[in-house]
Amino acid sequence: MHETAHELGRIAVTNVGYLWLIPLFPLIGATINALVGWKLQQLFGKKIVHRIAVTAMFAAFGVALVAFSQMLRLPSEERFLQDTLWNLMTAGRMTVDFGFALDPLSMMMVLVITGIGSLIHVFSIGYMHDEPSYWRFFSYLNLFVFAMLLLVMGDNFAVMFFGWEGVGLASYLLISFWYTDPEKAKAGMKAFVANRFGDFGFLAGLFLLFWALGGAWTPRTGSGLRNNDYQPIAELNATAGAATAAQAHALAPAVHDVKVGPTMSFRELRDQVVIESTGVKEHLAGSTIWGVSLLTLVCILLFVGAMGKSAQIPLYVWLPDAMAGPTPVSALIHAATMVTAGVYMVARLNFLFALSPSAMGWVALIGAATAIFAASIGFFQYDIKKVLAYSTVSQLGFMFIGVGVGAYWAGAYHLLTHAFFKATLFLGSGSVILGCHHEQDMRKMGGLKKHMPITRWTYLAACWAIAGFPWMNGFYSKDEILYKAFTSGHLALFGVPTPWLGPAIFVVGIVAATGTSFYMFRSYYMTFTGEYRGNAGHHDEHNEDPHSASAAAMSHLSVSVHASDGAVHADGHAHGHAAPAHGHAVHAPAAAAATAHAPAHDDHGHHGGTPHESPWTVTLVLSLLALGSFFTLFLGIPMAWTGKAPILEHWLAPALTAQEGVPFQHLSHTTEYMFQAIGVLAGAVGWFFAMLLFKDAKSEVPARLKERFLGVWTVVYEKYYVDELYAVAVLKPSLKVAQAASWFDSNVIDRLVLLTGTVTRVVANLDGAIDKYLVDGAVNAVASVTQECGRYLRSLQTGKVQTYLYGALGGALVVVLLNFLIS
Amino acid sequence: MFTPGNVLSWATFFPVIGSALIVVLLAAKFFLRLDKKLVDDGSRWIALVTSALSFAAAIAAWRMYDPSATGVQLVQHFTWIRAFNIEFYFGVDGISISMVLLSGLISFIATIASMPWWSGKKDAEMAGMVDDGHDDPHHPKHFSVRMVPGYMAMLLLLQTGMMGTFVALDMFLFYVFWEIMLLPMYFLIGIWGGPRKEYAAIKFFLYTLAGSVLMLLAIIGIYYNSAPAQLADGSWSSGHTFNLIELAKQGAAGQFRNAAPILGFSFAKIVFIGLFIGFAIKIPMFPFHTWLPDAHVEAPTPISVILAGVLLKMGIYGILRFNYGILPDATAWAAGAIAVFGVINIIYAAFVCLAQKDLKKLIAYSSVSHMGFSLLGMAAMTPQGISGAVLNLFTHGIISPMLFLIVGVIYDRAHHREIEKFGGLAQELPEYSAIMGLAFFASLGLPGLAGFISEFTVFSGAFPVFTTYTIISATSVILTAAYYLWAIHRMFLGKLNPVYKGYPDLNWRERMALYPLAVICIYLGFYPQAILGVINPALHALIQNIKPL
Amino acid sequence: MQISLSHFLVVGALLFAFGIVTVATRRNAVGVLMGVELILNGANVNFVAFNHYSGGGVTGQVFALFVIVLAAAEAAVGLAIVLAIFQTFKTIDVRAADLMRE
Repeated sequence: MHETAHELGRIAVTNVGYLWLIPLFPLIGATINALVGWKLQQLFGKKIVHRIAVTAMFAAFGVALVAFSQMLRLPSEERFLQDTLWNLMTAGRMTVDFGFALDPLSMMMVLVITGIGSLIHVFSIGYMHDEPSYWRFFSYLNLFVFAMLLLVMGDNFAVMFFGWEGVGLASYLLISFWYTDPEKAKAGMKAFVANRFGDFGFLAGLFLLFWALGGAWTPRTGSGLRNNDYQPIAELNATAGAATAAQAHALAPAVHDVKVGPTMSFRELRDQVVIESTGVKEHLAGSTIWGVSLLTLVCILLFVGAMGKSAQIPLYVWLPDAMAGPTPVSALIHAATMVTAGVYMVARLNFLFALSPSAMGWVALIGAATAIFAASIGFFQYDIKKVLAYSTVSQLGFMFIGVGVGAYWAGAYHLLTHAFFKATLFLGSGSVILGCHHEQDMRKMGGLKKHMPITRWTYLAACWAIAGFPWMNGFYSKDEILYKAFTSGHLALFGVPTPWLGPAIFVVGIVAATGTSFYMFRSYYMTFTGEYRGNAGHHDEHNEDPHSASAAAMSHLSVSVHASDGAVHADGHAHGHAAPAHGHAVHAPAAAAATAHAPAHDDHGHHGGTPHESPWTVTLVLSLLALGSFFTLFLGIPMAWTGKAPILEHWLAPALTAQEGVPFQHLSHTTEYMFQAIGVLAGAVGWFFAMLLFKDAKSEVPARLKERFLGVWTVVYEKYYVDELYAVAVLKPSLKVAQAASWFDSNVIDRLVLLTGTVTRVVANLDGAIDKYLVDGAVNAVASVTQECGRYLRSLQTGKVQTYLYGALGGALVVVLLNFLIS
Repeated sequence: MFTPGNVLSWATFFPVIGSALIVVLLAAKFFLRLDKKLVDDGSRWIALVTSALSFAAAIAAWRMYDPSATGVQLVQHFTWIRAFNIEFYFGVDGISISMVLLSGLISFIATIASMPWWSGKKDAEMAGMVDDGHDDPHHPKHFSVRMVPGYMAMLLLLQTGMMGTFVALDMFLFYVFWEIMLLPMYFLIGIWGGPRKEYAAIKFFLYTLAGSVLMLLAIIGIYYNSAPAQLADGSWSSGHTFNLIELAKQGAAGQFRNAAPILGFSFAKIVFIGLFIGFAIKIPMFPFHTWLPDAHVEAPTPISVILAGVLLKMGIYGILRFNYGILPDATAWAAGAIAVFGVINIIYAAFVCLAQKDLKKLIAYSSVSHMGFSLLGMAAMTPQGISGAVLNLFTHGIISPMLFLIVGVIYDRAHHREIEKFGGLAQELPEYSAIMGLAFFASLGLPGLAGFISEFTVFSGAFPVFTTYTIISATSVILTAAYYLWAIHRMFLGKLNPVYKGYPDLNWRERMALYPLAVICIYLGFYPQAILGVINPALHALIQNIKPL
Repeated sequence: MQISLSHFLVVGALLFAFGIVTVATRRNAVGVLMGVELILNGANVNFVAFNHYSGGGVTGQVFALFVIVLAAAEAAVGLAIVLAIFQTFKTIDVRAADLMRE
């Protein structure tokens, strides 16, 4: 389709035998902690628990580095490591191996997951220190990493889906980690069910694709233009019965040495689609189902899966609620890794999406809409984690703009940069929450820069990154995405080309970027500047804010405050020997902490003293992540500056085969500089207004504006009432249908059955009556008639001869008379 | 001890031997005035040992079965009633071998679950498992200490009936075992069941008998339209045959295509419908499913386990063996309707689940929903569809017993099953909550656990044939997640209801029943080929008869 | 006036009729027996008359004699029965003797 694209060949596979170790270590960690963690914790204390978990993470990271170094040594076209473990299942043409593969894209993901994941594990040591179910937390966290690694390393859709659902499970478990609070438990449930909507789309898209490859749907037009060797209907044996993997492989026809036909494997799929001489591409592009282009439908359905996992409109609603989980979880799962799974999936299938401009248009459009929508909600939130949650949704929207318009590497790069700066922000907020004694409401913070310098600087650095200033990484990825969006004239919607869509998305993106910069700096100024407002005695007002995490969780966390700052001093000793310098009234020993939740909340007022910097495990991790947010900028220095392709683009090129073929307009370098300037300007404008309005909490303008536009404010603050809309539009009707079905079952179907029974009984009674009165009655009637006759006749027999004689005479007389009459 | 020639007989008849031994024991009690406790314990151990031996024989059969060879294996075949061409014919092929293994396993698990073992006396009293001689009608004793020898004898007889149904390859023999299974079930529900046990038992019995009648008529119809076949001793049968394998060959060759019509309708179609309804009641398929919730709710836990784990599978097994095997033309004709019923089962029952307040009813309806997958998969007649359908029988046969055991655990403690009345149990019963979470997630189709693979295979198999139906059915992944998670939410999460403080967590008997199933569940989640590789060849051959490729 | 057969027959019929009426109406058992004698004698008249008018022989007379003898025996048996009835019922009213009715 693109003239400049050189003929692509099959992926050269390097078989290695150790990839399975990468997910194995977290799995072992999770298993040990899940099965015997409670006992270990009892016997040896909490150290053993986190040592197991963190060791597992670093081991996985180590193996990932080995794989990375091996990959670096290979020529770029051959960077594909594969490790097939066993045949998962075979039925007919569908054969699925349980196997792993690493290409540059998944390598990047694995490094992010194990690297940032390890850091977040370390952070959790301090953050969760006083949690009684410490073992459970680390077990879940390791389980999550295991599932996430399956997701990115799976060499086929099935293994990816294992991970896809596995991270959903881990996310559910971790969001509902403090399950005694029904609200938090419900948030977990919401996340899982909302994700299932996406999974439904994912599965439908997957099956559609699988069978489309088998030629199950006929092409739109006659096969005049198909002058190649791919004969889908005749030769693919799509329904042939193979019992073993070997038989299934034997059924697969090969065209020019490329295996074609239905497959679950990414590599085989990529090979047959990318190599044009197989004709698969033409077949897919020409097929329709229900009058819609099949490929578009496949891509959109798969994207529905991504919408669920990556929290895009309209399935984003679970992510803000997911903030009910512990903060490290929010950082790892709901910012850095799991939520980017959708972006990863679209990037992984770039060769498919690139074939359907309509699907690309939709992806980009949904991404842009989500970016601006979520950013606008972020404007007025007071809960620091909610702000970050909406900013995550918004940033995911940016990533989808990237992969949607065809700038796959830029989307992936934003994924990487976002993982760093958003993890920094979340962990920073976790540090703030720790420091403020489990306060999440920014109205009760302020002035923390004095007390928490490291947290403040790292948070500020991450704000620069997300707002897009050139001295941090966020600028490079966001700028690349928006620039590519502006230059993409190839998008379409419903099969209609829409060259205006790219520039429109650019404008929306710039507005969203300005907004992002505004609310992120708003959160920075509200939190770190001005005077500390935490002593004002507002502790009972948690519930005033409908979004603030509920009080039960606070009480949980408030206990861990003591031990986590205690951990600075007492890492090697017994727990809970906190220094008196912190001025806390209560220092419950860790062992007793388990029983101390309930009173802890009542104590809340007591430790409302000065905020304090977090323990070294926390600040160390924050610093490392902030440094990461800086150094990763070198991966994406734009070509306009150096004349060379950015390092990451070059690295990812073998995996993102469709990248080269996307027909972006080519603008001059001057124009590109201008776009970069616009990007920086957008960030600066947002920063300026945030500083104006929120620095040191001096300005009265925000309050006045809120008064002036209270209606608008309320609608936005209440998140446009989307949750309520869902309740009315989805939840209630489903329950109604369920009630109706249940009613129908017990009152109609079962009644019918009972009715059958009743009818049978009535018939039986009738039958009994007939038997009793008709059949038996007839028999009795014969007898009784005889008897009655006898009785009457008996009275004739008087025993008196004279009477008989009368009879005889009468008879004779009659005979005589008759004789006369007749004759 | 086990040879290919006798292993299936051992698997089938070990339990009935145990049953006979218990009767002998009862006679000995009468004549020798043995102690009641001795007799009770004796019958328990007889039941355990014989069902364990039956399970061992089933495992041996699984290991002896050679998936690469075609046709029937482990055959035991001789003439039984010469005058009517009835033979004693045991054997397995890819359709039944997995069911033999499942039946042996679930029977053994159910026997374990029938034991009144409990670690402490106080806890045992809580469950009503202490046999102190007098039975208060207001607080009935646990089923495991009431009329123990009778219970065990019935349970063993039931096991023989189930195993025999799966291995019998003679229509008459099949019918005999099918009916043998019915009677003990009636008594087990009717005597050892819950408050409305009589109603449930009668409903179950009449419902299944109604199915049996249709089936019997169809069997006789098939018999009188069959051609003679060779008997076990090499001679030819007189006129007709009951041999299922021969009948399948004749059916594939079109023997029943031109049989005389009944009341103006095609013979094959009428017989197909008769057989299908007979089996559909067992599945149970909408709208013949309403006996199931009642039977489950009233049945004691091990009986629910057997009911959900094995009995429901017989419906699908029977359809595959009879309808698909003998009447391929009519099957092709009915495939669309089967798929529609499958979809209704899946979606309708899932919605009904969402509205249930009784935990056991919820799980009973979820069984109805999950059996719909098998219907949909086998209707599609693709290799994936049919393999998925049979795999679904196996995985559901692992998961649903877990679910019912889990309900039994909480019922033994709380003596009710109202989901709304629980709350926060995860704090008091962490191990129980974990295993229940595992079972629920397995049932809602989480990858890595057994349920997912069968759903995935069924969907992928049904998709090209019934695209719309499959997409509708796939919405069940959302509904299933919703009702299970909501149940977890209401029962385990949130604040602990103080009523349940101090409840004991799982005891060893419950662990012995639950953990093996959990391990199998995870194993199959990651290696379903263990089952698929064995059942694939025979199943794919089966559908090739129906739709020549 | 020639005495013809008809005259005898009328006498016989009258005797028979008187006898019948007696048997039918008398409650006294002895009366009934006497009625029976009248009937028999009515018949005897007929026998003898038919014998005379139908030409020669003595068959009619023999029969009449036989009937007279039979009537005597009958009267004897009848009177014995009447005596037995009287002993049983203390009356010779024939209506009382209805024991066999039930």
